[in-house]
Amino acid sequence: MYGFEALTFNIHGGYLEAIVRGYRSGLLTASDYNNLCQCETLDDIKMHLSATEYGPYLQNEPSPLHTTTIVEKCTLKLVDEYKHMLTQATEPLSTFLEYITYGHMIDNVVLIVTGTLHERDVQELLEKCHPLGMFDSIATLAVAQNMRELYRVVLVDTPLAPYFSECITSEDLDDMNIEIMRNTLYKAYLEDFYRFCQKLGGATSEIMCDILAFEADRRAVNITINSIGTELTRDDRRKLYSDFGLLYPYGHEELSVCEDMDQVRGAMEKYPGYQSIFSRLSYGESQLVDKAFYEEEVKRLCLAFEQQFHYGVFFAYMRLREQEIRNLMWISECVAQNQKSRVQDSVVFIF
Amino acid sequence: IRGNRELITTMSASSSSWSQALVQISPYTFAAVGIAISIGVSVLGAAWGIYITGSSLIGAAIKAPRITSKNLISVIFCEAVAIYGVIVAIILQTKLESVPKSQIYNPESLRAGYAIFASGIIVGFANLVCGLCVGIIGSSCALSDAQNSSLFVKILVIEIFGSALGLFGVIVGIIMSSQATWPTQ
Repeated sequence: MYGFEALTFNIHGGYLEAIVRGYRSGLLTASDYNNLCQCETLDDIKMHLSATEYGPYLQNEPSPLHTTTIVEKCTLKLVDEYKHMLTQATEPLSTFLEYITYGHMIDNVVLIVTGTLHERDVQELLEKCHPLGMFDSIATLAVAQNMRELYRVVLVDTPLAPYFSECITSEDLDDMNIEIMRNTLYKAYLEDFYRFCQKLGGATSEIMCDILAFEADRRAVNITINSIGTELTRDDRRKLYSDFGLLYPYGHEELSVCEDMDQVRGAMEKYPGYQSIFSRLSYGESQLVDKAFYEEEVKRLCLAFEQQFHYGVFFAYMRLREQEIRNLMWISECVAQNQKSRVQDSVVFIF
Repeated sequence: IRGNRELITTMSASSSSWSQALVQISPYTFAAVGIAISIGVSVLGAAWGIYITGSSLIGAAIKAPRITSKNLISVIFCEAVAIYGVIVAIILQTKLESVPKSQIYNPESLRAGYAIFASGIIVGFANLVCGLCVGIIGSSCALSDAQNSSLFVKILVIEIFGSALGLFGVIVGIIMSSQATWPTQ
């Protein structure tokens, strides 16, 4: 019953909620980002980061550092925190926490299949996979030739199995089909997660369904923008949109016929929530759409922390950490390539 | 001479069998159940509040160990709720006197029995919700204090208002029970 979760939430979730709020207080603040943006070399970045919570993870790295090492170690911290929470969680929180990682699993599967298609070495690909999305039989993905085999040999034992029913075809895997497969899987995953959150009810469902609806709309816009000018037909594009969210169903009708950026903007400006995002972009700039969406997402995730006694804080924390790692990657790349003037282009401040 | 029990039954002869059954329950039963509710439900409220506060406090104290000593106040406020229940139960049980057999269904006896029963319910349920209230606020207080230590005293004021609810229940319960006079010979 919405409003009375305070009475029983703390039995199973009280300790972990307090833990995740403690982790949240360790996110980098604006002053940390200011210091990092003024660094000259990657060693400066390492020195500044060792004063934050990333210290123990970076202190044993020998210089010269690479940006990938920094990102890898920061991701390792996120994985450690996630595993700590997952081991202490009971149902339904443990299922909820596992749902958060399925997106990374999908990305890993697509990474390995694409890499195999381009004749890369399996070990090299495995090192590039995101650690939160690893599962046991991931290495055997490299032997599959088409989607049916992919499913039958590897994926039927993973949690991703139910998402495959819509995209099993006998076609061979090539770049276009793999992208369609990724988007179809992600669509099925989002819808499954949405239904799960609705079943949980209460504050969790209200907050999570709002965040997931934004995610679905964002993906719809990204799919539209990325498929302008490709050979993806309108019907195929329509099939990749999720069946929930603010844009469903009328916004999807409009988006599926868009052929350039201005038409997308016209379709989106009818929705007050998204009008503010698109009004900040002047005409013809599609690169800043990503940053605008990230900023909007961060704003909504921070709002999830305003309420107590729900599971949304776990999802919000994971996403905010990932955004922070993206920020660190961007800052490190700018510093490494001596382009410090472009640092502010893509850093999204969390607080 | 008709006994009091028959007198009451005939007085309510035209009413339903439920009301006839209720007036035939001994006032001792009502009084004893009232005392049980006063202590039992108060302790339920206190325990519920303590676990709500305690689980958040333990988790938050891992990152911010400085909050532990100050936030034990929330636990103490919840505990006070149980103490109110014990005090009222002790007071009520001193009011439970024996009356001669012929007087058990005297309306004065019934009134005394009902008064003790009501007093027990008042105190029990007031303390139940007071314990819940203080527990939930204490949990939020621990989490806020861990992020920003200037918030602690402000949220403590809310908790003090919350714990006054239990006190209201105790006051009314004691007033109710003070008029529980059993008939003398």
